[in-house]
Amino acid sequence: MITLSNIHKSYHTGANNLHVLKGIDLEIKAGEFVSIMGSSGSGKSTLLNILGILDNYDKGTYHLDGQLIQNMSERKAAKYRNETLGFIFQSFNLISFKNAMENVALPLYYQGVSRRKRNAIALEYLDKMGLKPWATHMPNELSGGQKQRVAIARALISQPKVILADEPTGALDTSTSYEVMEILKEIHSEGITIIIVTHEHDIAAMSEKIIKLRDGNIGDLIINGDLASFKKNYAKELQTV
Amino acid sequence: MFDTDRWKEIINVLKKNKLRSFLTAFGVFWGIFMLIVMSGAGRGLENGITQGVGQIATNSFFMWTNRTSEPYQGLRRGRWWSFKNEDVEFIRRHVGEADIVSPRLFAFGSGNNTVRGERSARFHIKGDYPEWDLIDPATVLQGRWLNQVDIDQRRKVIVVGEQVIKELFNVDENPIGEYIRVSGMYYQIVGVVKPISNINMNGRTEESIFMPFTTMQVAYNYGNQVHLMGITAKPGYSAALVEDKVIAIVKERNKVAPTDMQAVSHINLEKQFQQFSGLFTGIQMLTWIVGIGTLLAGVIGVSNIMLVIVKERTQEIGVMRAIGATPRKVIGQIIMESVFLTTIAGYLGLVAGIMLLEGFNYVLEMAVANGNDEIFIKNPEINLTVAIACLMVLIISGAFAGYLPAKRAVSIKPIDALRAE
Repeated sequence: MITLSNIHKSYHTGANNLHVLKGIDLEIKAGEFVSIMGSSGSGKSTLLNILGILDNYDKGTYHLDGQLIQNMSERKAAKYRNETLGFIFQSFNLISFKNAMENVALPLYYQGVSRRKRNAIALEYLDKMGLKPWATHMPNELSGGQKQRVAIARALISQPKVILADEPTGALDTSTSYEVMEILKEIHSEGITIIIVTHEHDIAAMSEKIIKLRDGNIGDLIINGDLASFKKNYAKELQTV
Repeated sequence: MFDTDRWKEIINVLKKNKLRSFLTAFGVFWGIFMLIVMSGAGRGLENGITQGVGQIATNSFFMWTNRTSEPYQGLRRGRWWSFKNEDVEFIRRHVGEADIVSPRLFAFGSGNNTVRGERSARFHIKGDYPEWDLIDPATVLQGRWLNQVDIDQRRKVIVVGEQVIKELFNVDENPIGEYIRVSGMYYQIVGVVKPISNINMNGRTEESIFMPFTTMQVAYNYGNQVHLMGITAKPGYSAALVEDKVIAIVKERNKVAPTDMQAVSHINLEKQFQQFSGLFTGIQMLTWIVGIGTLLAGVIGVSNIMLVIVKERTQEIGVMRAIGATPRKVIGQIIMESVFLTTIAGYLGLVAGIMLLEGFNYVLEMAVANGNDEIFIKNPEINLTVAIACLMVLIISGAFAGYLPAKRAVSIKPIDALRAE
């Protein structure tokens, strides 16, 4: 599904040149549930933004669903973002003047689906999230967990192949975080590739594979069976504290 | 092109952002409103003055005599003199550039000079030739104006202003053919007139009694005196030129020093009208300067608000792009919102401005109907072509004002837009 090879990315601020990603090689197969971890400044958000075609990269190649993503026109990028990708943000990023249903329906608006039809579909997705009674509520009338569920519904409505989540639980308390993760697991079980960025070990431990970034390189890659030991490791860390 | 869904989306966005929409709309509304009111008021002033002048001959001048201020050919200064019938004849025969030469006698006197039965009043009495009507026409409400037979036969007939009828007759009486006494003699009324112009020579036309010049000269012992002459220039000649020539002639014929500036008073309508037309040009220029200024202020206002709006919406635009809005969709949306808003607001400004002018017009007309004729603003109106052109300019600049910041908002990377606070 996603193949990165030798991805480099630098930020230029005045005379300073900040080399964030220093040659990332990564393959994520369809249907995987991957979390990207790392200390702040390790480049995990940058990596996710590149995966989401929200940002460009300097060197290397990025294939999404077999298609090379490079120097893409904004129009084409918008099409990919709309049809192949779904975004979940830490700060939810709902449109404040649209109600829950309209927010969820927005991606379909850009696909040219009629209002009646897209609102009906949006209601369906809200129902899946258990938010049907809140369909006409504005974002500021919803709790954090509800907002994030609306955002997830919005990410799902265009039936993307990949869900990209940047700290999806960063603004939520623990129990709400776990609820959100349960929803993501459910989505994953339907065969959608999920990539989340997080710095919380317990959240990362719920995924199938953890990519630990260190100074712009991939430090550890903890897969499947190893995950159990990672969990143990994590538990140990917790105990020593 | 017409996409119901898109319009619903636009209206929805505007409805959900009431204050922002209102502020943008108000800038445009105010620009158009002010433009309409300003130029309407300017036009009203012009109309008022133009109509007040009426149909008075604009290539004419009037002259009358005063005491001399210089001794000349053995005659002392401070001498009383007046024009003579012979002067009129001489001018008619020898000044080829003069078209109509209409002499006039006038009297006002003290106390009531006009009597009918038990009613009496004081009016301006004027002895005129029929030609006077070609210089300062009046509307004949009933009967007729003076004619050449009246002059030739020195008939004792009069044409009166409508105020005369109001004061001497009951509403249901027909004045035509009736006799009234004017300064001790009886005259038959043959016509009733109403002024067109509100420029009055020798008193208000509606309060005047017009009799044949020859009748007045004989009846009240004026000899061969002429009090005033109204003269028009032939087409192609300047009234000022004729004026100079005629005044020089009458001075010479009456032994008045050519350098005596006081002895002959004169008013030249041609000069007055040139001043008027200069005034109109000035008003029009002012209207344009103010209009363009107001329009510019409106455009700047819209641009300013659009800039703020797009800045404010950068993050929203980032979200829109992250979930798949193409740049065209984003720019289109913002421009459509801006254009929709400016069009509606501009139209409302147009309507409100016109309604205010109409209301003003109504009040003015009521005031005129109630007999107040001192008002010199009439029919404040607006050139619709100009108004619509201004509205177009506003709409186009509204679109442009939306386009530039929207373009910038989509040219930065979506992630930067998302991060914008």
